[in-house]
Amino acid sequence: MNAQNPDALSAYFLAEVSDTQETHTLSVIVDNEPGVLARVIGLFSGRGYNIDSLSVSETEHERHLSRVTIVTTGTPQIIEQIRHQLDRLVPVHRVRDLTVAARRFKQDKPLERELALVKVTGSGEKRLEALRLSEAFKATVIDATTEHFVFEITGRSSKIEQFIDIMRPLGLVEVSRTGVAALNRGPEGLSSQAY
Amino acid sequence: MEREMTGAEMVLQALRDQEVKHVFGYPGGAVLPIYDELIQQDDIAHILVRHEQGAGHAAEGYARSTGKPGVALVTSGPGATNMVTALTDAMLDSIPLVCITGQVPTNLVGSDAFQECDTVGITRPCTKHNWLVKKIEDLPRIIHEAFYVATTGRPGPVVVDIPKDVQFATGTYEGPKSIHVQHKSYNPPTKGDMTAIRAAVELLATAQRPVLYTGGGVINSGPAASQLLREFVKLTGFPVTSTLMGLGAYPASGPEWLGMLGMHGTYEANMAMHGCDVMICIGARFDDRITGRLDAFSPNSKKVHIDVDPSSINKIVHVDIPIVGDVAHVLEDMVRIWRSSSFTPRSEVKIWKQQIDKWRARNSLAYRPSEEVIMPQYALQRLNEAIKGKDVYISTEVGQHQMWAAQFIDFEEPNRWLTSGGFGTMGYGLPAAIGAQVAHPNATCINVAGDASILMNIQEMSTAVQHGLSPKTFILNNSYMGMVRQWQQLLHGNRLSHSYTDSLPDFVKLAEAYGGKGFRVTKPDELDDAIAEMIATPGPVLFDCCVAQLANCFPMIPSGKAHNEMLLPDEATDEAVANAIGKEGKALV
Ligand SMILES: Cc1cc2nc3c(=O)[nH]c(=O)nc-3n(C[C@H](O)[C@H](O)[C@H](O)COP(=O)(O)OP(=O)(O)OC[C@H]3O[C@@H](n4cnc5c(N)ncnc54)[C@H](O)[C@@H]3O)c2cc1C
Ligand SMILES: Cc1ncc(C[n+]2csc(CCOP(=O)(O)OP(=O)(O)O)c2C)c(N)n1
Ligand SMILES: [Mg+2]
Repeated sequence: MNAQNPDALSAYFLAEVSDTQETHTLSVIVDNEPGVLARVIGLFSGRGYNIDSLSVSETEHERHLSRVTIVTTGTPQIIEQIRHQLDRLVPVHRVRDLTVAARRFKQDKPLERELALVKVTGSGEKRLEALRLSEAFKATVIDATTEHFVFEITGRSSKIEQFIDIMRPLGLVEVSRTGVAALNRGPEGLSSQAY
Repeated sequence: MEREMTGAEMVLQALRDQEVKHVFGYPGGAVLPIYDELIQQDDIAHILVRHEQGAGHAAEGYARSTGKPGVALVTSGPGATNMVTALTDAMLDSIPLVCITGQVPTNLVGSDAFQECDTVGITRPCTKHNWLVKKIEDLPRIIHEAFYVATTGRPGPVVVDIPKDVQFATGTYEGPKSIHVQHKSYNPPTKGDMTAIRAAVELLATAQRPVLYTGGGVINSGPAASQLLREFVKLTGFPVTSTLMGLGAYPASGPEWLGMLGMHGTYEANMAMHGCDVMICIGARFDDRITGRLDAFSPNSKKVHIDVDPSSINKIVHVDIPIVGDVAHVLEDMVRIWRSSSFTPRSEVKIWKQQIDKWRARNSLAYRPSEEVIMPQYALQRLNEAIKGKDVYISTEVGQHQMWAAQFIDFEEPNRWLTSGGFGTMGYGLPAAIGAQVAHPNATCINVAGDASILMNIQEMSTAVQHGLSPKTFILNNSYMGMVRQWQQLLHGNRLSHSYTDSLPDFVKLAEAYGGKGFRVTKPDELDDAIAEMIATPGPVLFDCCVAQLANCFPMIPSGKAHNEMLLPDEATDEAVANAIGKEGKALV
């Protein structure tokens, strides 16, 4: 409930009521304390909001602050609600809708990256094909035997989706993804501002 | 103010420092150290309830009738889970509660220990915030923070879960003053944005058909908010309606009063909402009982919304001028700006008020009187006459009787009306009346009850007797879950599935069994004397007012209908009732 938050004020004025679904990326700065993630996730499940991706890690050790990055889909009104509901949580310092901020800065989208580890098992032509494609995607091999590779790939989620789809017929056995990490472009930082 | 003490002592000291005078509670293994401290001091009185839910609602009644936080103390496991309904009730109605729960010792947390439950997990969605205190060093800070969070911004319930070993441990106590006032992440707004406030006042000055839609937030904001509301209405002469939660903020005897709005609100209030050109919502949240069919809600108005919680704004209804701030602060600015700009209401407002008078003349609260049986509305009219000008607090249970109480009792002051609006918790009224009575020992506290609801926390009669409290429960006994039956008549072809209560207890004997007094009245002409006697009787009373069994509560906006499609009492024939709700409306609640 940070009324002084300059990001928040303008957005109370919803210009138009719209039913179109949009995907937004939210950055939430929280106290890194027990249960804080449960509060965030419980809010989403309890109120029926979508979580497309979630990532969280402590980003400022001295102040015990974590940054939660959530990708969600909903109408503009719902996304507004999500932002305010998150802001109502007591351990939440700041919520920023990076997608809205990017628009305001006349940018296409926030910077978003995800990392995935992709295990592919097989032999012969398929194995060679997997390796060739991984190079095209700038994935690196971080583990291998004569029967398998583990690739490490970073990029936008869509690139990772595409890589996984391509690996599927080539012996894909396991995938682990980090979820999206995101920042806005430009010199200003969310965490360097007072909050 | 720093000194060494045990966790249990700290709890008592912190309550003292927070100026707590009363705690509603029930003991058990995991809170025994705190109970051991309670018995050894006199500053804080403990009211022993008979069920933890009762402690929660009593604390709510205490809070709503005083504007101060209510405090409850219960044990771990079942003590904590019994509190969940009351916490959720307080959450939905924005009532400040501080609930302290005992927990198994920290080394046993997570081991399925005796009477262990994940209290912070269970109460996370039904509190404004909650804490598990793992270290004695954190205890004083957390308790003070708990009071701060519960009472500021949009008020709400909080839980502080204290493991038994932390209650025994020794540490350094810090008072509230020595701890940071500025919270690091929680900073509720108070003052509204001046540009928005000015825009709102200017819009109001151009209004031809204005209406003030006020709610529980005016009560939450404190007595100054009600005063400022009255002042603003006096300045502008604009008509005022209120939600169920805001009754008393503007006096029922005031010249601009429209009565309650919404599903069971008056015709004039709902028609004014529908036809207005400028609506100002003050501390209300566009609940579905208010809006009816959303796409037909007040279609031609510009809307201003004052609310301290940004998430209430644009949640249900899109508004043109949002103002985030505390009602009293914002109204103060509005009154000042209106005055200093020497605004006067437009002349068209007169015509609008004449239109409203025509709607008022429909007399939408009318009912068919009877000389043989007591009509429930009549009983409340008589009760209202009997309490006029007296120091009275009214609580209710949930059902038709609750709506009739809202319609027929006149509230002149804020904090006099205690009802479960958002959650609709049957069993709220008796403990809430007890809580109000604890805070106001010399006032008359009356619980307007239904025959079904009263049985949900009837055991609290015993609490009242033990503590010398005198809540009067006025039961509108129709032998039905009347509100349920009304909906079955509207929605389910009059098939009254399990809404008739057979084998109700003899309420007179029941009152006596608890050590209180019982009355039974069946004839309209016996009412006045019996009500007077009820009020004069010391100690708790159950008043069994046997009313017309099949009366229904009108007017009513049927589910899925708009404000201008109300079902009025004189039009509510059996056929109209059976066909009032369309297919889509049936899925709504
Ligand atoms: C059987 C039944 C029937 C009902 N029928 C009706 C009906 O016909 N009509 C009706 O009105 N209700 C009815 N209700 C009640 C209804 O369900 C809601 O509880 C009620 O309408 C909500 O009232 P409110 O909008 O004033 O909001 P509240 O729940 O009181 O919320 C208060 C709002 O004000 C804000 N606020 C709090 N403090 C402040 C502050 N200091 N400054 C600024 N803003 C603040 C809050 O953020 C919130 O948005 C019924 C309930 C039951 C059980
Ligand atoms: C705890 C709880 N259970 C169920 C309901 C659903 N409900 C709403 S009103 C009502 C009937 C209330 O009957 P009574 O107390 O006799 O009041 P009346 O409507 O007859 O005045 C019921 C069962 C509720 N509101 N609360
Ligand atoms: Mg009944």
